[in-house]
Amino acid sequence: MNDKLHSVKLDSDLCKGCTTCVKRCPMEAIRVRDKKAIIINERCIDCGECIRVCPHHAKKAVVDSLSVLKNFDYTIALPAPSLYGQFKGILGDRNVILTALKHIGFDTVFEVAAAAEAISTLTNRKIRSSKERLPIISTACPTIVRIIRMRFPSLIPHLLDFRSPMEFAARWAKRVAQKETGLPAEKIGCIFISPCPAKATAVKLPVTNEESAVDAVIAISEIYTKLRTAIKRVIVPEDLAIAGSPGMGWAISGGECSAAAISDHLSADGMENVISILEALENEELPQVDFIELNACVGGCVGGVLTVENPFIARGRVQHIMKHTPPVLRPESCPVEDVGWDHSMEFDPSLRIDTNLSDAITLLAKIRDIESRLNGMDCGACGAPSCHALAEDIAKGFATEDQCVFIVREKLQALLGQHENPDGAAESAAAETEREEQA
Amino acid sequence: MGALHLEYTVAPDDFSRAGEVSGIVKRTLKDLGFPPAVVRRTAIAMYEAEINMVIHANGGKITADITPEEIMIVFADQGPGIPDIDLAMQEGWSTASEDIRDMGFGAGMGLPNIQKSTDYMDVQTTVGVGTTITIKIFVTQ
Repeated sequence: MNDKLHSVKLDSDLCKGCTTCVKRCPMEAIRVRDKKAIIINERCIDCGECIRVCPHHAKKAVVDSLSVLKNFDYTIALPAPSLYGQFKGILGDRNVILTALKHIGFDTVFEVAAAAEAISTLTNRKIRSSKERLPIISTACPTIVRIIRMRFPSLIPHLLDFRSPMEFAARWAKRVAQKETGLPAEKIGCIFISPCPAKATAVKLPVTNEESAVDAVIAISEIYTKLRTAIKRVIVPEDLAIAGSPGMGWAISGGECSAAAISDHLSADGMENVISILEALENEELPQVDFIELNACVGGCVGGVLTVENPFIARGRVQHIMKHTPPVLRPESCPVEDVGWDHSMEFDPSLRIDTNLSDAITLLAKIRDIESRLNGMDCGACGAPSCHALAEDIAKGFATEDQCVFIVREKLQALLGQHENPDGAAESAAAETEREEQA
Repeated sequence: MGALHLEYTVAPDDFSRAGEVSGIVKRTLKDLGFPPAVVRRTAIAMYEAEINMVIHANGGKITADITPEEIMIVFADQGPGIPDIDLAMQEGWSTASEDIRDMGFGAGMGLPNIQKSTDYMDVQTTVGVGTTITIKIFVTQ
């Protein structure tokens, strides 16, 4: 299995080689080489932060377009709960959005929120009866799952071993559709409407599923304009909503905790906050909680990089819709027996310096030695996010010391000094360095 | 065989930075590829010891010596020293002030917790001179 197929790609024509993404990547997975950014696939967790921050829009998510509908005899739209926060003027009735999805080409709609809600109920049951290690950590956000797999392996046993709402919804929807249409599974397309690239990667590269039941992933941003127009034209919305209000809440940070109705819980969002919670949990510094909800994006899924609306406005809209939705709508035919993972999760050692412990220690000693010769400004001009990252790249043979502008300047000054420049350029350069050092 | 020597300074009375060194060393051990259980035990012991330094001893120095077989960490401070080491080893015993306890520290679990998480612990302490705690975690696959 190719374990490193990602949904974040670079458009090198647009890339200016600035280091904005390099500096902001939480995994230090990006370098600028030959004036273009490159993503180190082994380290990428598909959080989409680089797409969000690129001032030149050179980072793209690799997702499907609406033309994918042609590939199937019967298509089911699986809208992420975050879709409901994207549109104004629906007056709390998300049936308008669901009907509009049919108008833009889908044969039917199945709310991922319904699957989310079912998972919440099962999570509550699991925690109440659990003799397993608490707290249980949500596995709804694929970026969180990836970072735990790579950077916090000791927390893997805490992960909720349930499929994500997207995956569970696809399995559920396909069963229902097969029964209703009589079509074989492969003729039915389950198309997830996604707020982020991480979920697209979770489909391409399932970690704990044998194979994803989702057949394609379309970005919310991709269909936004078309859907908005269609929404305006809906006169009598069809009654397509099947999820209750707790399922809607999964779109926003904290919503999963409320839906699971676990009293001792904790929720955090944004990569920096998530990492500090995971560190604290690993160090046993956290107060006793039973359930932890973590979202890579600020605000939760409404903050996904493939959404359109401001996450805080979207959150307000989702909360408004929740107020107009009864707690449980139609919890029928839910295949609860199919909620568990197909297989357990394994540690992903991609961040290790070397596969051999002794070699890794030797290499780190070398890295630290190189790092001691760099000036520690973490300026990024070399294309690496920090002096330590450059030192590691040099030690591994991916970069040279001459990529550091300060080292090059020192070499240049040494050269000028040797030649006793008659116009005094060497002295003035040396004086300038001194002034800078004093500053 | 690879060997690595690391040195850090712990700032006094700065709770916003308490745990910083343990965090750095934990990350380093992970990047090196030590087994998760070894990393976790080291991190827990180090965090306790580092917090102790901040609470009781105006900071100090931490050195780490890392080989594939064992991790040895030395915490050296020039604080007040521990008058009765047997008492300090009892769970729940603490000299931490009310302020410190209000912050959720000083539950008297420090030294016992460090001992629990490590394979070896040695405490050298002289009242009025300082305390040096040496811990070792043996690496077993």
